[in-house]
Amino acid sequence: MSTDSTTAEAGGDRKGEVILQMRGLRIEGRADEEWHEIVHGVDVVLRRGEVLGLIGESGAGKSTIGLAAMGFSRDGCRISGGTVMFDGVDLTKASDEELRRYHGSRIAYVAQSAAASFNPAHKLIDQYCEAPTQHGIQPRREAEAEAIDLYRRLQLPDPENIGFRYPHQVSGGQLQRAMTAMAMACRPDLIVFDEPTTALDVTTQIEVLSAIKGIVEQFDTAAIYITHDLAVVSQMADRIMVLRYGNLVEEGYTRQMIQDPQKDYTRDLLAVRSFRKPPINEENPEIPLVKVDNVTAAYGKLVVLKGVSMEIHKKRTVAVVGESGSGKSTTARVITGLLPPLEGEIQYDGQTLPRDYRKRNKDELRRLQMIYQMADTAINPRQRVADIIGRPLEFYLGLRGDEKEQRVRDLLEMIELDPDQFYARLPGELSGGQKQRVCIARALAAEPEMIICDEVTSALDQLVAEEILKLLQRLQDELGLAYMFITHDIATVRAIADEIYVMLQGEVVENGPKQDVLSPPHHEYTELLLSSVPEMDPDWLEGLLERRAAGTAPSLPGSGN
Amino acid sequence: MSMTSLSGGAFSGQSSPWASRIAVAAVHFFLMVLFLQNTGADTWASIGGFLFIHLYSVLVLAYWSKMERTAAGDTLIVTLMLEYVVMVLLFWDDFRSWPWSTFFGLVMVQVVAFAAVTYWKELRQAPPTAWFGLIVIMLYIMIAATAPIIAPFGETEIVGSEYEEWGEEYLLGTDNLGRDMLTRIVYGARNTVGIAFVTTVLAFVIGGLCGLLAATMRGWTDEVMSRIVDILMAIPSLIFGLLLLTIFGTSVLSLIIVIALLDSTRVYRLARAVAMNVVVMEFVEAARLRGEGLWWIIRHEILPNIMPPLVAEFGLRFCFVFLFISALSFLGLGIQPPTADWGSMVRDNATLITFGEPTPLIPAGAIALLTVGVNFVVDWFLHKASGLKE
Repeated sequence: MSTDSTTAEAGGDRKGEVILQMRGLRIEGRADEEWHEIVHGVDVVLRRGEVLGLIGESGAGKSTIGLAAMGFSRDGCRISGGTVMFDGVDLTKASDEELRRYHGSRIAYVAQSAAASFNPAHKLIDQYCEAPTQHGIQPRREAEAEAIDLYRRLQLPDPENIGFRYPHQVSGGQLQRAMTAMAMACRPDLIVFDEPTTALDVTTQIEVLSAIKGIVEQFDTAAIYITHDLAVVSQMADRIMVLRYGNLVEEGYTRQMIQDPQKDYTRDLLAVRSFRKPPINEENPEIPLVKVDNVTAAYGKLVVLKGVSMEIHKKRTVAVVGESGSGKSTTARVITGLLPPLEGEIQYDGQTLPRDYRKRNKDELRRLQMIYQMADTAINPRQRVADIIGRPLEFYLGLRGDEKEQRVRDLLEMIELDPDQFYARLPGELSGGQKQRVCIARALAAEPEMIICDEVTSALDQLVAEEILKLLQRLQDELGLAYMFITHDIATVRAIADEIYVMLQGEVVENGPKQDVLSPPHHEYTELLLSSVPEMDPDWLEGLLERRAAGTAPSLPGSGN
Repeated sequence: MSMTSLSGGAFSGQSSPWASRIAVAAVHFFLMVLFLQNTGADTWASIGGFLFIHLYSVLVLAYWSKMERTAAGDTLIVTLMLEYVVMVLLFWDDFRSWPWSTFFGLVMVQVVAFAAVTYWKELRQAPPTAWFGLIVIMLYIMIAATAPIIAPFGETEIVGSEYEEWGEEYLLGTDNLGRDMLTRIVYGARNTVGIAFVTTVLAFVIGGLCGLLAATMRGWTDEVMSRIVDILMAIPSLIFGLLLLTIFGTSVLSLIIVIALLDSTRVYRLARAVAMNVVVMEFVEAARLRGEGLWWIIRHEILPNIMPPLVAEFGLRFCFVFLFISALSFLGLGIQPPTADWGSMVRDNATLITFGEPTPLIPAGAIALLTVGVNFVVDWFLHKASGLKE
């Protein structure tokens, strides 16, 4: 039953028997002491050796369905109808005892955040060995030997010894692969991957994707791959199911769906990232709005910025790109004054700003606003939308009473939220995208000249992220704001940037206008970042890996490849 | 819902919140006047009637007006307080015969009634244990508030011979000096619970404020305050309390201050720890970058987010303080005679135990019952605040 699914045409590997069949699956969730249906009768069929992609925005029910494939539902959820037949057994009717026998040995699960899923108190290999020895499949010694073998197949560096490290001693991408190895331990028939690369950088994502793809093919395992990124899923899956609001939108073979989507919603998903800001042809004025002049900064003794210089002009969007740890966010912290630099200075409109935010005056603070990555933690969960947006109005502009209320309503309209509906809401009653909009409104309320956007779209679904980008662009056109846009996502950069700074290990390695940086010749690292962005082409990953192996495309130094 | 039908008729339809507030207050006022005119100065009937009328009007308002529950409760408390003033002036002769503490008690009862109605939705879902706790607490508050009315004799009045049996005249017998046991217990509720409450509030004001300051300012402030607290906590609290009370004397004031200071160290630890988790959040960073002052950050950004653990701790701390005072009283350094206090009542009547009399167990039981009740409520509150299902 060997499959060569990468080259097989759609339908070429349907010989396998059905391993999982979910019929009319209904799942209910509990909210406000009542049960609400969140999955409305979905059918899923999965054959041995087949990879099924589940895709949709958050709240589409994809993770819930993924877990239901294991006969499991989260706290506060229950499977209320339908059957989940796994290899002839209905998991919805199975006892906890039976389920425990299946979980880990025949059905395995890979969670989104490997860092949160490993027990930090035990070594990787000890956690690996737990399932096979518990299920009585292998004695410890054999399990260890196999773990090392799997680590090697998953292209982890130093496979003999990496298992003897603790989870915090390996990188995020390595941890995600170690978890995949763990899922593989008992050679399960089915693995559920729940957004395994969403939390990773693009460059790391490639490694994990290729490792997962390779291992699933080697062992001919059936897999459910859950993600909100159509480009990623098209690399991995033979078949794709598009979900929305707990219903199936469209189902089909990967190539077919990418080339000829049937439904509007699928087309929207495919068209995402098509947004482009028109290039600006004016010359930049002499004096930049914000000038970062040869800044060196450190956390304690650890130097994280080495002589960084940047210029951000009025009405321009400057994108700062780089993977995590490259110093992008630290640069933002230095500009805002949260981290006073050791050397160098920050100039605003030609004037040197005090290094520490506490020494800056109200007006200096007002003109420079910030939007954060996690809207959840960036707004106080106990304050109402009106208070969150109203406070800067009161604090900086001295607005009170009706005047303030009117301005808050104007701002809500500006960020495309209905004032009557949202004025008095608490953050808990908002979706992720709406929260981010409120954060934007709070920044706008101060009537700033520049906004620092720290990964503002990375925690959002792609469709929502695109809407936020469009909103930011519209606001720039209307209000003439300057943006400093920190991101690790080149697609975002392509969409919104005028100028780009590429950062690596605390230094700017390349900078210039968008068209210059994004067209060759590139700095080696820029090239790596650019080539790592998944494309909507099922052959993209294969091609890239081949080119990298042949040395015609850059690869991460020391990444274990 | 009989209340909804009651509220129909003249007041139905879309009225402004203010119209409904005034309407309910007017009806309420009319009922009270009617009631007082008919019952005269009979205090028992008045208290019962007051309670009934209050509960009724708040229920009507809560069900009938579409205004936010808390807003409804808040406004009514204010309106009805004003109403009290008017009524006291109108029926001065009747009210004059009541002690002032009774008015204070009535206000407390009213606040509790409002809280109950304001949070009716939450209360309806409360488990039976929480209901039990709430009823116990309310009962204690009512007894403490209306002690002079309920108690058959005066607090320190010697009414019979020593250690009289339970009977018609002295429901729970008399104590070692011939004072009525029931009277002492009723007044004890006022003294013991009242002092414990004031002490806990003081401990929270001191400890909570310092903890919040330490967490928000960090650096030297935190360092100095935390070390002082470490030193205070290193000494066993009962022994330290005894030492301080021996030095400063055993007046009620020094008792409150000493225990509040000792307990504020625990509150400080908790407040600092939970505030620390909030201080690192980005919304606090955003407020700092906006240029907000220290007090604003504490008041608006941090405090609302740490209220659930603090309120839960308040319940627990109240019990500890309560037991601590009782322990001190038992040792003779707490509330001083002749003031009635449950802790010292246990000690004074302890000899009766040897004769198989349950009397000394009653104040002890009163302490135990309140402790259990408060803990049930705290458990419920913690459960709700933690957002756990089932």
